[in-house]
Amino acid sequence: MDKQELKTLVAQLLREMDVETPKEEAAEPQQGIRDLTQVDLRQEYHVQDAENGQAFVRLKKKTPARLGLGRCGARYRTDSMLRFRADHAAAQDSVFSLVPKEFYERHDLPFVQTMCKDKDQYLTRPDLGRRFDAQNQTIIRQVCGSSPKVLLVIGDGLSSDAITANAADCAAAIRQGLKSFGIELGKSLFIQYARVGAMDHIGELTNAELICMLVGERPGLATSESMSAYITYQPRPGISEAKRTVVSNIHRQGTPAVEAGAHIAELLHIMLQKKASGIDLR
Amino acid sequence: MSESIISVGIDLGTTTTQMIVSRLTIENTASPFTVPHMEIKHREILYESPVHFTPLLSADTLDAEAICGIIRQEYDNAGIEPSRVQTGAVIITGETARKENAKEVLSALSQLAGTFVVATAGPALESVLAARGAGADRYAKEHGVYVLHMDIGGGTSNLALFDPEGQLLDTGCLNVGGRLLKLDEHGKVYYVSPVVQEIELGQIVTPQALAPLMDTLVQALEEAAGLRPATECLTRFITDKTVTLPDAPLVISFSGGVADLICSTEENWLRYGDIGVLLGAAIRRSKLCSGTFTLGAQTVRATVVGAGSYSTELSGSTVTCSDAQFPLQDLPAVSLSAAETALPARELAQVIRKKLSIYEDTAVLSMKGERSPTYEQISDLADGIAQGVLSAPVVVAVEHDMAKALGQALRCRMGQGTPIVCLDGIHVPEGSFLDIAAPVAAGAAVPVVIKTLAFS
Repeated sequence: MDKQELKTLVAQLLREMDVETPKEEAAEPQQGIRDLTQVDLRQEYHVQDAENGQAFVRLKKKTPARLGLGRCGARYRTDSMLRFRADHAAAQDSVFSLVPKEFYERHDLPFVQTMCKDKDQYLTRPDLGRRFDAQNQTIIRQVCGSSPKVLLVIGDGLSSDAITANAADCAAAIRQGLKSFGIELGKSLFIQYARVGAMDHIGELTNAELICMLVGERPGLATSESMSAYITYQPRPGISEAKRTVVSNIHRQGTPAVEAGAHIAELLHIMLQKKASGIDLR
Repeated sequence: MSESIISVGIDLGTTTTQMIVSRLTIENTASPFTVPHMEIKHREILYESPVHFTPLLSADTLDAEAICGIIRQEYDNAGIEPSRVQTGAVIITGETARKENAKEVLSALSQLAGTFVVATAGPALESVLAARGAGADRYAKEHGVYVLHMDIGGGTSNLALFDPEGQLLDTGCLNVGGRLLKLDEHGKVYYVSPVVQEIELGQIVTPQALAPLMDTLVQALEEAAGLRPATECLTRFITDKTVTLPDAPLVISFSGGVADLICSTEENWLRYGDIGVLLGAAIRRSKLCSGTFTLGAQTVRATVVGAGSYSTELSGSTVTCSDAQFPLQDLPAVSLSAAETALPARELAQVIRKKLSIYEDTAVLSMKGERSPTYEQISDLADGIAQGVLSAPVVVAVEHDMAKALGQALRCRMGQGTPIVCLDGIHVPEGSFLDIAAPVAAGAAVPVVIKTLAFS
């Protein structure tokens, strides 16, 4: 092959590439980038040449754990690595973001804030997340009244996503469930920068018999939307943690918010009858 | 936290009548910090009766008195009062179900046996109970394979097909069994099942003379298992239907009286006065046993163990049962499709009213529900049901975990005092019947028996 022939060949190749390249570029933006976090990890199995991949797939359906994802040399595959970082970012976002104003306004939840000034202080000073200043104390007294039978409060805790995803449905189900047992529930509060212990201060301020707090759980890599309900009979500052009853794992893949609410309503009903919560209830 | 209930199983078969008593242990398997999850964790057989021959007055009539006598005696032997029995099933199987007085005997027995011992019949249910009693569903799950279970009894072979998850796919029933002919000690035929035309009453037969019949019976089983293309031979022996096979390899599993004879070395072919020994040997030599096959953990007792230990299921653990009287028995299932439950409340109410109007007594409204419903969805559904149901008690069965919320929503709409039973975690197909026992574990869950007569 002489120089001229080679030139022609290269020119031809370049022409062909030129024709193809713009097509691909035009097609890609329409498809968009695949959202890795929408992939259900329970159905992903990427081990090459597995002895019995089907059996592993059946086991995987039972856990969101990152198993059987395959590898490239000694490392994760690119998708696994990116997904890990995406889930980690979602967890961090959930901790550091605030529950949007629209949420508590739309659901008619009066707003109070603990003594924390911002997220950094909330994360570093748990003690301040359990107390309210004079101004917020006044709001709490006004909204909740004196000596209510049951109070339902919603606190952001360590996951704002958990609250926006589950709290409204769960609270509505609790309210309905209590009604079916003949118990009327008063207005609920939204607490920003809330620790579970904030309910003890509310108990002291209102003399409530029973308080239930829906609170965002510390997010993990499986979900950033998991919520818990902490329920305490006669909560007062200094009460032992053993006196609290907790219903955890309330999220789409765990206990559905509405069904959890129905269960919590029945628990509240039983606690009022037995006048106890936590280990005292068992 | 665990709790146990006593369950009884009685199998009134073509050839034999058996009884077992078992203890089902219910435990909360969830962590104490979440919503409870009750499960039947252990099934322990407390008593097994000997295998009795089913007493007959004539070829077409069961000896009701003698049967009740056997069961009364077995309760004494087991040392158990019928009042202590909380659940279980009496099942009338094979050709026995076709006897003239089968229905009367069945209801007499279930009354004798305890308050919530359900009376059942039907080849589909028999197939499922035998397969579960033999452990075919667990074999499928553990080995990750399709399993075709064959319970080969006196009059019929009951087929049940499970997928690699251990879920039931299909059932079938063939008129193939060890007692299609009954013979005296000289090989003289004194009973011929109507499905056998090759042999005549009074004929004296030998294994050689019976060989063509054995080939035919085995061929029907092979065709049902997909080891040969289906022909008229299979059609001839189908009682109601056979199973539709998957396009994948399967393991065949055996139970029933004939299963014991597949691997036996019995030399006297007239040992049981029937064709069981010959049929067992013929199956052993056939294609049915040329691939992977397994004998059930129970063989001759598979059906009775199924009826005693595996007929009862537990509902989900967040349910509503208020003001209802238990047990509720033989509730026909009326299913609502996903499209119907998504209708606006008023239209849904009309659909429900129309569907329920054909039943005089309580029916169970069965639906799939939502995986993680919103409060609004629950409210709309409750509106539709509350406006649609015609009489109390209101009984609803949902598959997805939402029954407690739905039940409370119904209570708010229908008022305190209206009997409402709202269960989840169970699939009650259209055309089946539901029996509901009194709640266990402080009302957390409810034992139910789903009597599936047909599969969709």
